[in-house]
Amino acid sequence: MKVLIADDEPNIVISLEFMMKREGYEVIVARDGKQALDAIRRERPALVLLDAMMPEMTGFDVCAAVRSDETVRDTRILMLTAKGRETDLARGAGVGVDAYMTKPFSTRDLVAKVKELLA
Amino acid sequence: MIAAPLVLAASLAYLLTLFAIAAFADRRATQGRSVIDNPWIYALSWAVYCTAWTYFGSVGTAAVSGVWFLPIYLGPLLAMLVAWIVVRKMVRIAQTYRITSIADFIASRYGTSPMLAAVVTLITVIGMVPYIALQLKAVSGGFHLLTAGPTPHAEAAIVWWRDGALLVALAMAAFTIVFGTRHLDVYERHEGLVAAIAFESMLKLVAFLAVGAFVTWGLFGGMGDIWARAQALPELDGLLRLGGAEKAGAPDYARWFALITLSMLSALVLPRQFQMMVVECVGERHIRRAAWVFPAYLLLINVFVLPIAIGGQVLFGPGKMDAETFVLSLPLTQGAHWLALLAFVGGLSAATGMLIVETIAVSTMVCNDLVMPSLLRLPGFGTRQDGDLTRLLLNIRRAAIVGILMLGYLYFRIAGNAYALVSIGLISFAAVAQVAPALLGGMYWRGATKAGAFGGLIGGFAVWSYTLMLPSLAKSGWIPGGFMDDGPFGIGLLAPEHLFGLTGLDNLTHSLFWSLLVNVTLYVGLSFARNPSAREASQALLFADVFTRANSSDPAPVFWRGAARLEDLRSLAGRLLGASRADTLFQDLAQQQGVAPPDLVPDARLVDRVERQLAGAVGAASARVMVSSVAQEEPLTVDGVFEILEEASQLRGYARALEEKSLSLEQATSELRAANEQLKSLDHLKDDFMSSVTHELRTPLTSIRALSELMLDTPDMETEQREEFLRIVVSESERLSRLVNQVLDMAKIESGNAEWRNSDVDMGALVSNAVRATSELFRGRHAAVELSVPDGGVPVIRADPDRLTQVMLNLLSNAAKFVPEEHGRVLVALDSDEDGLTVEVRDNGPGVPLKDQASVFEKFRQGGDALTRPAGTGLGLPISRQIVNHFGGRMWLDSQPGQGACFAFWLPLGAREEEEP
Amino acid sequence: MSSGREPRPRLLIALCAAGFVLFNFPLVIVWDKDVTVFGLPMLPVALFVIWGGLILALAAAMERRAPPRDEDGRERR
Repeated sequence: MKVLIADDEPNIVISLEFMMKREGYEVIVARDGKQALDAIRRERPALVLLDAMMPEMTGFDVCAAVRSDETVRDTRILMLTAKGRETDLARGAGVGVDAYMTKPFSTRDLVAKVKELLA
Repeated sequence: MIAAPLVLAASLAYLLTLFAIAAFADRRATQGRSVIDNPWIYALSWAVYCTAWTYFGSVGTAAVSGVWFLPIYLGPLLAMLVAWIVVRKMVRIAQTYRITSIADFIASRYGTSPMLAAVVTLITVIGMVPYIALQLKAVSGGFHLLTAGPTPHAEAAIVWWRDGALLVALAMAAFTIVFGTRHLDVYERHEGLVAAIAFESMLKLVAFLAVGAFVTWGLFGGMGDIWARAQALPELDGLLRLGGAEKAGAPDYARWFALITLSMLSALVLPRQFQMMVVECVGERHIRRAAWVFPAYLLLINVFVLPIAIGGQVLFGPGKMDAETFVLSLPLTQGAHWLALLAFVGGLSAATGMLIVETIAVSTMVCNDLVMPSLLRLPGFGTRQDGDLTRLLLNIRRAAIVGILMLGYLYFRIAGNAYALVSIGLISFAAVAQVAPALLGGMYWRGATKAGAFGGLIGGFAVWSYTLMLPSLAKSGWIPGGFMDDGPFGIGLLAPEHLFGLTGLDNLTHSLFWSLLVNVTLYVGLSFARNPSAREASQALLFADVFTRANSSDPAPVFWRGAARLEDLRSLAGRLLGASRADTLFQDLAQQQGVAPPDLVPDARLVDRVERQLAGAVGAASARVMVSSVAQEEPLTVDGVFEILEEASQLRGYARALEEKSLSLEQATSELRAANEQLKSLDHLKDDFMSSVTHELRTPLTSIRALSELMLDTPDMETEQREEFLRIVVSESERLSRLVNQVLDMAKIESGNAEWRNSDVDMGALVSNAVRATSELFRGRHAAVELSVPDGGVPVIRADPDRLTQVMLNLLSNAAKFVPEEHGRVLVALDSDEDGLTVEVRDNGPGVPLKDQASVFEKFRQGGDALTRPAGTGLGLPISRQIVNHFGGRMWLDSQPGQGACFAFWLPLGAREEEEP
Repeated sequence: MSSGREPRPRLLIALCAAGFVLFNFPLVIVWDKDVTVFGLPMLPVALFVIWGGLILALAAAMERRAPPRDEDGRERR
């Protein structure tokens, strides 16, 4: 099962990549919003770990684009954000994210959430 | 002589004109284009004061006693001088409390007492009867003179059906019924009537002036000529002195004073004056003009009285002809028949005007204050819930009109011939003057009580009856006159015209003196004897303080406590006003309360409003009786009155305070709004900053926590992997501590709490040191650094060297981050001019894209994307700029994309520290 | 209608008092003489003149609220 990691912080990507691989998922990496959207359409990952604050396109925009795209609409999206304000949560819900985690996150919680979403 | 049919036709034509005018004005009123809402018309309607007495009687008086006809017109002038104070208050009170007659006014003032209303009504009716007789006498006399020719002092026997007086009385009854009682009105206003009266006033003035001009310039050569020719007659010697023609001792100054005072009171309290001035008033503002136009009218109509009186005597010979007919007989005998006819119509007009208004005013009182309250007390009548009473009310009034006119006719037949017109009129004046103390006193004296008013009215009226009315009947021979001189039962001290042996006064002054003395003494004495009851006190306040207590924005306190059922009030209003008017009333009331009509709360205020409306239709006394029949009234105590007053004044106080508050609030609101805008933008900035800091802190924390947890959870991790993770953890920790330091630094500088250790700084040395300190950094990136400092150095400046070093290190490390991997070159240049020093740090990196150039000095705006961007906090440049600004300098970026970036700053030579905010 | 333009009650009361005094004993004796003015007896002339004077004063006092008038006599709006 493919998981896309979309984040502009290399060290966070490293940790996420290690985690997902350890859980046995196939990992694709995107460094910004545009790459992420392209990767989603091209690779059709089952799940995206999507950073909210990315250059080129924010996570929210990516999510909105995914939800309005027939072909990839069903992609699970777990949004990660370093801001964690109420408005961000609301914004995430507004564009249709499946789950939401605030950085810094607990690796165990994250893995559990990913498993839950892919179950 | 003029043929009777012609005189009748002229009279009829005049009456028809009145009908037409009244009908026109009524129609205009229903269209909402009132013709009487005009100060001139209003003023002319006041001239109803001038009746046949003025028209015929003044000349008669003047012929006998010269200027003695004048006090009756000087008095009203004195009253009008204070009209703005007195009449305006009467109007305000009457309109606020829906008062439609003098009886209502007095009864309401003293606690809405039906008994008091009845007494006032009785006094008025009895007092007015002689006056009405006077008009009938004048008209019938005039008619007789015109048709039968002037026969000195002749009174032909006439059969009743050819009796002009009776015909006039009946015609007047018809006219008054048609225009006075067509419908019930809560204001008792009769627009058509007022217009007709104004016309009538114009007509009598024009006719009288025409006769005066005819006599003065037609028959004589001006006023001077009349007087010159009068000098030849010994009978007229001394006529125009106060002492009179007879030269009988000293002038009677007491009578002069009494007449002025009496007429002054009469101009305010005569029923017809009250009707026209107060009840028919459509706007207080009209009083301003009417108050001076009315006395001017009186002056005009009196200008020719003396010329006619004296001229008539010169022509006819003194005492040969009844001077009261001069206005008619002069033109008639001198061949001016048409003028005589006009003069007769003018006189008719003067008489009819008075008759109509007086009977309307008096019939309203009789109906509302005498008949209705009695009817309502009849068992079974007041509680009968069905049936519309409006028709009954109108019929009572119609009957009252006919009744009053017939009473006048009766008096005319009984006593009319014994007296001159003027004497009859004065009898009436003296009677009506009895209500003046209670009426005027009640408007200004809060201590006056019902008992005082009652005592004063009854006492004064009794004395009037005994000293003036009774003798008038005795003199006409209807009752034995023996008691006149000897007193009743032979007690000389009680002789009606010489009470207690008071002689030396004429009968009018004598009666006026005693009646008003008794009246005022009882009024004041009885009022002092007992404190006002709660109801009296509350009404006293409402009347005396009408200008301060009752205006629309500040409703008067309602002195009523109790409960009523809405249906009862509604059915009551329906019976008295008619169903449709009652509906309108309750809709209006509901609208004022802001609820639907069925949801009206029958509280004290509503009951009060309904009662006031009913008072307009049936008078205060009747309305009181009717409302209390459907409402359970709680007795009002003095404490209750004070409580209500307290509430009202508190409410008023609150309202005033609220008004002031709302004004200052409005101001404060706008200030607050401005401040809030400012705060919002500040807040927005702070919020942005906090959110950015949060983000910047969480990002390294995320890596540290995630990698650490992974290492913990993966004991069998390969060593290289673990080392890489540890290295990341360490570098992210460094990033974190750097960030924390810089945020603190930034906060300190921004809040002005940063420490500045200033000393003399040699910028050349400082820049060289900074370059040396970062040389390792550049070497690691394989970049070359060139330093250019002017020969001979640069001037020393005063600044904090550590802070400037921080700026240099920041700029250098920035450059080091962005130089290309190969062939990196950084140029550091120090230069000086007259004003200051410039430091440039130029690299050959990618440069800053145009869109980002404006924001590189903002916090957390790091150039480039995260992947290619060297690690940084996004606070270095903002802090550097803050430092440079602190020393009065400035920092800027000069960059062409693709050709490197040049960050530079300038410091002034005489570097003064900026005043910290 | 501003209160400043209302007729002044004190002035009106003063006029009324003046009228009372001028028309009554003893001042009336001053006019009550066998003298003619323009060929007319003095007493009625004096009474009418005082009468007219008081009316003019009253008119002035009552109408003083009138806003300045245009030349055509209409009130300015």
